[in-house]
Amino acid sequence: MRTPRTLALAVGFVALALVPVVAAALNQPFYLDLVRRIMIFAIAAVSLDLILGFGGMVSFGHAAYLGVGAYAVAIPAFYGVHSGFVQWPLAVGLSALVALVIGTLSLRTSGVYFIMITLAFAQMLYYLGISINAWGADDGMRLARRSQFGGAVDLGNPYVFYYVVFGLLVLLLWLGHRLIHARFGMVIRAARSNEPRLRAVGFATFRYKLAAFVLAGAACGLAGALLTNQTEYLTPSYMHWTRSGDIMVMVILGGMGTLFGPVLGAIVFLLLEDVLAAWTVHWQVVLGPLLVLIVLYARRGLWGLLAGRG
Amino acid sequence: MAEPLLSVRGLRKRFGGLVATDGVDLDVAEGETLAVIGPNGAGKTTLIAQLSGDLAPDAGTIRFAGEDVTALPAPERSGRGFARSFQVTSIFREFSALDNVALAVQAHAGHSFRFWRRAREERALREPARAVLAQVGLAARADVEAGALAHGEQRQLEIAMALATRPRLLLLDEPVAGMGIDESQRMVALLRTLRGRHTIVLVEHDMDVVFALADRISVMVYGRVIATGAPEAIRGNAEVRRAYLGEEVRA
Ligand SMILES: Nc1ncnc2c1ncn2[C@@H]1O[C@H](COP(=O)(O)OP(=O)(O)OP(=O)(O)O)[C@@H](O)[C@H]1O
Ligand SMILES: [Mg+2]
Repeated sequence: MRTPRTLALAVGFVALALVPVVAAALNQPFYLDLVRRIMIFAIAAVSLDLILGFGGMVSFGHAAYLGVGAYAVAIPAFYGVHSGFVQWPLAVGLSALVALVIGTLSLRTSGVYFIMITLAFAQMLYYLGISINAWGADDGMRLARRSQFGGAVDLGNPYVFYYVVFGLLVLLLWLGHRLIHARFGMVIRAARSNEPRLRAVGFATFRYKLAAFVLAGAACGLAGALLTNQTEYLTPSYMHWTRSGDIMVMVILGGMGTLFGPVLGAIVFLLLEDVLAAWTVHWQVVLGPLLVLIVLYARRGLWGLLAGRG
Repeated sequence: MAEPLLSVRGLRKRFGGLVATDGVDLDVAEGETLAVIGPNGAGKTTLIAQLSGDLAPDAGTIRFAGEDVTALPAPERSGRGFARSFQVTSIFREFSALDNVALAVQAHAGHSFRFWRRAREERALREPARAVLAQVGLAARADVEAGALAHGEQRQLEIAMALATRPRLLLLDEPVAGMGIDESQRMVALLRTLRGRHTIVLVEHDMDVVFALADRISVMVYGRVIATGAPEAIRGNAEVRRAYLGEEVRA
C-alpha cells in the first residue's frame, strides 16, 4: 500500500524540481510562470485541506487570506517598503490574525451556518477591498517591485522565484505531514470523525479547531504574498467567493484529507483552465462533470486513485 | 454519613412543551452502582447527557465531589473524573481501536498542542491504551478499524474509551443494547469487574443486567424519579410494577 504513494510523491517532486530545466531547454519561459502559479495555489489548497479535509471545517472563505496576504505585500510596497522581510511576515501574521477573528466567531457554529459565515466574512473583506480608493479599489494596483530580500534572493529572476515557491511548498507539506500525525493532528482529525465523542473523552475541541483554522489562514496568507509577487499586481478579486470555490475544488479534486492530493488538484485544475480556456470561456463545463465523478466514485480524489488509500 | 460523590437536586430540562427531566433528585455514593430504569422516552438519556455536561439543564444543580459542576462543559467534567458511554455507539470509526483508546488517554496526558512527534509512537499514550483494551477483552483487535468491529466489540470499545480517562464516575447508557446473548454476558462480566472500583450510573432496559449489577435502582417515568431503593424493594414496589416493570419481571 505504501509503495505507489511513495513513488507518486517522488515522481511529483522530481517533476516539479525539473520544470525550470525543461522550460529553459525548450526555451519556453511560459511554463515556468504557469507551474509557479500552480504551486502557489497548491500552497493555498494544502492549507485549506488542513481544516477542510483533516478538520472537517468547511470554510468557504479561504480566499480571504489569499487577499490579506496579497494586500500585506502590496500596501507596504505602495508606500515604498519593498523588503520581503517586512512584507512576508506581515502577510503571515495578518492572515493569522484575521483567521483568529473569523475563526473565533464562526467556529461556534457548524454545518451550513459555518459555511455561510465564513463565506460572508470573506465577501465582507472583498467589499472592503473594492471600496478603498487609495489602494486601487476594484481596479487594484500594480506592484512596482517584487519583494526584496537584500542581495541574497532576487525574485526578479524567474528561476530563483520558482525555487523559492517550490521550497515553500515542500516545507509546508513536510510541516503538514508532521502536524497531522502528531497529537495535534490526531485531535483535529478525531474532531472531524466525531466531535461529541472527542469532547466526552475530555478535549475542549474549540481551541484545537481554532488553532488549526489560524494555521491554515497563515499558510494561505503566505500564498497570497506569493501570488501578488507572481502577478505583480494586486486585485481584490483574489478574495472573491469564486476564488474560495476554486481552492475548494482543488482540494476536493485532489483528495480531501490527503495533504498531497490538493497539490495534484491544483495542477489538474489550473492546467485544465489553461488548456480549455483557450478554446472556450465555458471551460468549467468540463470541470463540473469531472468533479461530480470524483465526488461520487473517488472518495479520496485523484490522489486516492493514484496512490491508494495511504 | 459522608457526602455522596454525585448529588443532583431539582434537575429540570424541557424540549419545547415536553418536560424531559422534571425535578430529578439523585445521590450516588462513592463506589456505588446506581441503575436507572424506565420506559422508552422516560428521560434517561437526557439525564445522562446533563450529568456528563453534553446538555445544559434549565434548572437544578449537579454537585460532584463536593463541588458544583452544573456550569462545567463536558470536557471539563471529563477532567474531573466523569466518563460516559453513549446509547447509540459513538466512536472514531475511521481510526483503529487502539487509536480510539489512545485518544482518550491523550486527552488526560497534558495538552495536545504538539505538532512534531508522532502520536502513534508515544509510548506514554499507546501502552496505557493497550492495557485498557486488554482489560475489556479487545487486545487482539487493537489494529482493526473501529468502524469494522462487530457491534458488541464497538460497545466494549466505548467502555475502554471511558476507562482510559481514569474516571471516578462512569455514566453508562444502555451498554448491552442491541447485543446478542453471548456478547451481553461478556459485557455484564466486564461491568461486574468495574463495580466498586468506579462509581457507576447505569441506564439499562434489561432487568437481568440491572439486577446483576445494581446496588440501588431508580425508576424514571415521564422525567420523574418515582422510586429509588434496593433491588428487592424496587421489585416489590407496586407503583413501580404498575408503571413500568409489569410483566417484564418474572420474580
Ligand atoms: N434533543 C431533543 N429535542 C427534543 N426532544 C427530545 C430531545 N432529546 C430527547 N427528547 C425527548 O425527550 C424525551 C426523553 O428522551 P430520552 O432519550 O431521554 O429517553 P430515554 O429514557 O433515554 O428513552 P430510551 O429508553 O428510548 O432510550 C423523549 O420524549 C424524547 O423524544
Ligand atoms: Mg435513552
